[in-house]
Amino acid sequence: MQSQATYNYKVVRQFAVMTVIWGIVGMLVGVIIAAQLVWPELNVVEFLSYGRLRPLHTNAVIFAFGGCSLFATSYYSVQRTCHTPLFAPGLAAFTFWGWQLIILLAALSLPLGLTTGKEYAELEWPIDILITVVWVSYAVVFFGTLMKRKTPHIYVSNWFFAGMILTIAVLHLVNSAEIPVLASGILTPKSYSAYAGVQDAMVEWWYGHNAVGFFLTAGFLGMMYYFVPKQAGRPIYSYRLSVVHFWALVFTYMWAGPHHLHYTALPDWTQSLGMLFSLILLAPSWGGMINGIMTLSGAWHKLRDDPILKFMITSLSFYGMSTFEGPMMSVKTVNALSHYTDWTVGHVHSGALGWVAMIAIGCTYYMLPRLFGKEEMASKKLMEVHFWVATIGIVLYIASMWIAGVMQGLMWRATNVDGTLTYSFVESVKATYPFWTIRLLGGVLFLGGMLIMVYNMFATMAGGKAVNDAPVLAPAAAHAA
Amino acid sequence: MSDFVSGFWNIYVAGIALVSIIGCGVFLWLQGTATNATGQTTGHVWDETLEEYSNPLPNWWRWMFYITIVFSLFYLAMYPGLGSYQGKWNWSSAGQYGGEMKKADEQYGPIFKKFQGQDIRVLATNNEAREMGQHLFLTYCAQCHGSDAKGSKAFPNLTDNDWLFGGTPEQIKESITKGRDAMMPAKGLKPDLTAEQIKDLASYVRSLSGLASDSIRAQRGKELFVPSGGACHGPEGKGILALAPNLTDKVWLYGSAEVEIINGITHGRVNRMPAWGEFLGEGKVHLLTAYVYGLGGGVKEAPAAAPAAPAEAAPVAPVEAAPAEKK
Repeated sequence: MQSQATYNYKVVRQFAVMTVIWGIVGMLVGVIIAAQLVWPELNVVEFLSYGRLRPLHTNAVIFAFGGCSLFATSYYSVQRTCHTPLFAPGLAAFTFWGWQLIILLAALSLPLGLTTGKEYAELEWPIDILITVVWVSYAVVFFGTLMKRKTPHIYVSNWFFAGMILTIAVLHLVNSAEIPVLASGILTPKSYSAYAGVQDAMVEWWYGHNAVGFFLTAGFLGMMYYFVPKQAGRPIYSYRLSVVHFWALVFTYMWAGPHHLHYTALPDWTQSLGMLFSLILLAPSWGGMINGIMTLSGAWHKLRDDPILKFMITSLSFYGMSTFEGPMMSVKTVNALSHYTDWTVGHVHSGALGWVAMIAIGCTYYMLPRLFGKEEMASKKLMEVHFWVATIGIVLYIASMWIAGVMQGLMWRATNVDGTLTYSFVESVKATYPFWTIRLLGGVLFLGGMLIMVYNMFATMAGGKAVNDAPVLAPAAAHAA
Repeated sequence: MSDFVSGFWNIYVAGIALVSIIGCGVFLWLQGTATNATGQTTGHVWDETLEEYSNPLPNWWRWMFYITIVFSLFYLAMYPGLGSYQGKWNWSSAGQYGGEMKKADEQYGPIFKKFQGQDIRVLATNNEAREMGQHLFLTYCAQCHGSDAKGSKAFPNLTDNDWLFGGTPEQIKESITKGRDAMMPAKGLKPDLTAEQIKDLASYVRSLSGLASDSIRAQRGKELFVPSGGACHGPEGKGILALAPNLTDKVWLYGSAEVEIINGITHGRVNRMPAWGEFLGEGKVHLLTAYVYGLGGGVKEAPAAAPAAPAEAAPVAPVEAAPAEKK
């Protein structure tokens, strides 16, 4: 029995296409700033200088690429697992146009030098307000859809998306509390944080680490829980594990922020708690990896000729690796070496390229043919090429940053027999050049993979037709409400 | 934002931390003992094909989780983490820092002590002392004065023979120990200078060191110089040590371009070298003094108003030859 209603694929399609477009933009900016580190003379004008492009890069890849990917996958999977079209389709359309406007404003204001100076929350207060409006609309659409679901149980992917939406709302509101500057009685786009000193730093990293924890982890685990079993055609390995690691993950992530402030003015007790909860976080993080990888057990043969599964399994491997690396780096003794070095940059990209981008790419490849009425992407061969180019790019990136980071840490702490420092700072910069060059190469490869993807996407779109009549399926008989 | 000084908050944060960590363990234990049907699905189906197995939690994963919880409780017993409780081992980051500094003093102190009583002029030719001084210079001074000590705009060159505050060992040591403040008031002592007059003055100042300038303007500027700048720079512009620089040599802290000179006169200049005495201690300052003195710019006696001599070759080349001179 099938009802007459159809799934809302339009907004999913819009977000899915923009995922690829913003991915290219964000990664291109990343390649530019990587090149600026190798050739500082590329800092031609102030608007395109490293200091202004770097926040543009992070905002573009996290909120434009990652954000569009989250919207696309959550809208796609929530209506299908709830067996009902999206709630409030008008509001859903508003989230698309609103989010694009936010991205455009970011792309204008950051090069102009308008920034709050808070990492990953650089956008100024008028944009912050717009983000709040769009995010609340997103919550209404998502939770509204959940409420009118036709199944008694809520599928696991939706717990993760829901947790992400709620937490990001709280994080954004608390961290973005700021006071606009008045100039001769007129509101300016500039603002200052409502917090001061070490409290400001703590609020910022409570936000910053949970942006990683919820936006880039919980949300992307939500993707994993829908698309991996779908693509593998296998049930989720363990329901019990998904329950335990979900609650443990959302609970412990909240505490981990202070590990960004080791050996600073932050009180010792706060640093200790940040470190311990980061260690405890290891098992909850790995729960998601185990559930994803074990879901594939019994279907390993599919890996051989399914590039989407290749993207997914690789992303889970990188997820496991970087969630092991993170707790290790939060141990104070390790952090004393790794902090402020390129090791941190390598760690972030093992998560951002390896986990976030790879799973997002896999899910986008899964959705695109279905959204454009095709059996599969225009070229499977090009998906394979994309996979290998991207994987080699990541490996070059991470390995070069690991070596550079450990080298920097060791050079900075090296002392002569008389206790004076062996190396001046500039010497460590000089020694890092070769690794920055390799990193640039890795970034270029990853960006190249995205260019292959966008070609493949347009080829698929050209041969297909937008699907707007996918009928809403009735819930399985045994499971109907 | 006010600080939380009430003792209540100690108990509050300690309680929440403990309950949270133990709570993780209890939750894990409850879920680990729940009955599961291995290999069977839960019976729920979504979107045609999505199902879940009822497999139990993997044992190795459970134990890994438990170990992190037990370790955390142990750590909190030994280290600060529960409110104001300092931990059994009484560790603190301030204590660790103090301890490491004390150890370093014991280990390295004698090495510095060995040089402390020696005359700067002698040390300046001692290779071991110069090498230590160079390491210190690269760590603490190179950020402003450059790896080659040749300075840059607003940061004096230490390798020439021109000393704003004197180049004897005692004077160099005082500069490092106590820092130096320099302030030129806007428009000197003649606050009513007009823009035209400032231009005239700038032309005159340039002419003092033989730089190309408009001779009519310079002539007019000459009359303005004594009332506005003569008290500090001297009536002939030859400068007064530790008060105002010599304008007749070819050494320019902010550049010799007319626009820079006009800028300086119009807005004045404020500059500061921070004091290092307390931070570095006598031993390191002594070696740094010897290094700077030996860079080729040191003078034996109170400075004569000698014209800038080209820097002599230093006994130890100042690290990595300078990449092209800026002058």
